[in-house]
Amino acid sequence: MDFLNALVALSNFVLIPAITYGSQLALGALGVTLIYGILRFSNFAHGDTMAFGTMVTILFTWWLQSMGWHLGPLPTALLALPLGILGCIALLLVTDRLVYRFYREQKAKPVILVIVSMGVMFIMNGLVRFIIGPDDQRFADGTRFLVTAREFKKATGLNEGLALKATQGITIVTAVVVVALLFWFLNRTRTGKSMRAYSDNEDLALLSGINPERVVMYTWMIVAALATIAGVLYGLDKSFKPFVYFQLLLPIFASAIVGGLGNPLGAIAGGFIIAFSEVTITYAWKKVLVYLMPEPLEPEGLVQLLSTDYKFAVSFVILLIVLLFRPTGIFKGKAV
Amino acid sequence: MKKFLMASAAAALLAGAASAEEVKIGVILGFTGPIESLTPQMAAGAELAMKEVSDSGKLLGGTTVTPVRADSTCIDAGAATAAAERLVTSDGVKGIMGADCSGVTGAILSNVAVPNGVVMISPSATSPGLSTAEDNGLFFRTAPSDARQGEVMAEILLEQGVKSVALTYTNNDYGKGLADSFKSAYEAKGGKVTISAAHEDGKADYSAEVAALASAGGERLVVAGYVDQGGSGIVRAALDSGAFDTFHFPDGMISAKLEENFGSEIDGSTGQHPGTDSPGAAKFEELAGGAFDATSPFTPESYDAAALIMLAMQAAGSTDSQVYKKKVMEVANAPGEKIYPGELGKALDLLAAGKDIDYVGATAVELIGPGESAGNYREIVIKDGKVTTVKYR
Repeated sequence: MDFLNALVALSNFVLIPAITYGSQLALGALGVTLIYGILRFSNFAHGDTMAFGTMVTILFTWWLQSMGWHLGPLPTALLALPLGILGCIALLLVTDRLVYRFYREQKAKPVILVIVSMGVMFIMNGLVRFIIGPDDQRFADGTRFLVTAREFKKATGLNEGLALKATQGITIVTAVVVVALLFWFLNRTRTGKSMRAYSDNEDLALLSGINPERVVMYTWMIVAALATIAGVLYGLDKSFKPFVYFQLLLPIFASAIVGGLGNPLGAIAGGFIIAFSEVTITYAWKKVLVYLMPEPLEPEGLVQLLSTDYKFAVSFVILLIVLLFRPTGIFKGKAV
Repeated sequence: MKKFLMASAAAALLAGAASAEEVKIGVILGFTGPIESLTPQMAAGAELAMKEVSDSGKLLGGTTVTPVRADSTCIDAGAATAAAERLVTSDGVKGIMGADCSGVTGAILSNVAVPNGVVMISPSATSPGLSTAEDNGLFFRTAPSDARQGEVMAEILLEQGVKSVALTYTNNDYGKGLADSFKSAYEAKGGKVTISAAHEDGKADYSAEVAALASAGGERLVVAGYVDQGGSGIVRAALDSGAFDTFHFPDGMISAKLEENFGSEIDGSTGQHPGTDSPGAAKFEELAGGAFDATSPFTPESYDAAALIMLAMQAAGSTDSQVYKKKVMEVANAPGEKIYPGELGKALDLLAAGKDIDYVGATAVELIGPGESAGNYREIVIKDGKVTTVKYR
């Protein structure tokens, strides 16, 4: 019984939140890693790209809700998601045409492109705030819970409750589907293969007749889709606030770098590593240990390694360690 | 003869100047920033008292009072100091009604009020730290210190038989001060605080904070935060994960927004905020006459703060801060005739006649210790999704 209680408490407060957060980070990191692999620069505007896509989705969600359209138990935002992705694609393609293409033709060094992306970040930042404002927006509707803590306690008779929010379920399912589609696209389709070829060796790809502008365009489109999906899932599960999305840049980059920049598999692994480290290091283990330990060994204190204020510090430290000892990341991406 | 003429002319000039004198009082509140929805009513409350006094024509032989507004921003100490500096040096205010938030109030006090020797009465700064701030007797407040609220909170919880709680507070002067005073009061009375953890406002997700609170355990979760900010986020995450079912809310959390956000999900939760059932509150509402919301938090306190400045001036017979600062406690406390909102003219008459008054005002003002309100609290419980009064203490 004690063991089951410990397991439920662990799932409720560590496993489920970390898996959800990890999925959201992984989708974000996939976007960063694709841009790094194919366009060869670190896109600092990624957090704000997510915010922009989410904002378009929210606006369409409100419009659909006002028209009386609903998805029943699922959030209306899923219906608005394709429109949000289209909006985000439009933004990224326009940005590429106006800004990045100029530097690509100059064959600018990656470090210049990084600074350029920072400028783009500030513009997008302002654009989002200008349109939807800097405040919190909640747009989740439909069923809130798959399992509530009270129902779970009643059904099982355990002391600990297990809650599974509908948005957590949706996040995990969507992430799995999106990742599967992405890998199928990269490994099985002609366009996907040409993208990988372009990433591996630009000159060789050009020699074999791959049109670089097309590859760039497809990359931006996929990145827009990934960013919007990641942003909407995060917003549904937590809440949408432009500044929070800007801050997500740090854990997302940490995920991509830990996994190995330019390596999609690494981005996913990195997302989960960062999420699990953030949650487990700032979690107070007292409750779980009290269930598991024999009486005399039960801890008095909270058994919390770091206060929750230091959540972001965890990403930073992991980032530092990886850059110091294994700059290519776990999955041997490109060196930063 | 010539001398006499000049003397009388000078006297006439002086008399004329004295009767038509205008006194400026600063109203420094966060008209922009985190409490910008509260400050218009607060300023209106203070200005109502000034208008009442000016209209009566009884302050120091017909002196009129003009309010001068300035923005404290609530959070930016630099901007608040500059605004207060302007009030004192360029507008020449003789007293300051404000500031609002504890952090900027402390900054204005030490940077402007004390160096320039200007009386300052805050309607809403509640940090216990201000009780011991160096003020040369210039600083007062019509809001109680959170040290008092901490004790009231501890009493309420223990009376209900709650022996252990988890505590989380918003990471600023207000939250930290309240959390510390509650913790020491509660533990002194035999309660146990399992964890005292800060939370940052404005985050999207509080599940990690709630996980730590849940792990520490406790019969109830005390949330010393803001209802428009992280406080609601914490409550939401705690309810969602089933970590806590009932909560205890201090003043920053109690508002119509709390009912709107959670409704009957938090039935059985308790709380307290400054409030009184004295007849002054009703009289103040009548006096405001619908021009602004007289029940909005800290609005009655603002009226009282402005009234105290002017009554103290009358009692001292001077608008000089160094003189009238000594009279603030006298007019606020017994003995004397009780003064309610709308009776400022009568109070000025009594003071002019050399009689004592006991200013009760809209919030049953009683200044104690270093010049702060003794504090009356309304104890509440959430019943069927509504904030309902249990009693006043």
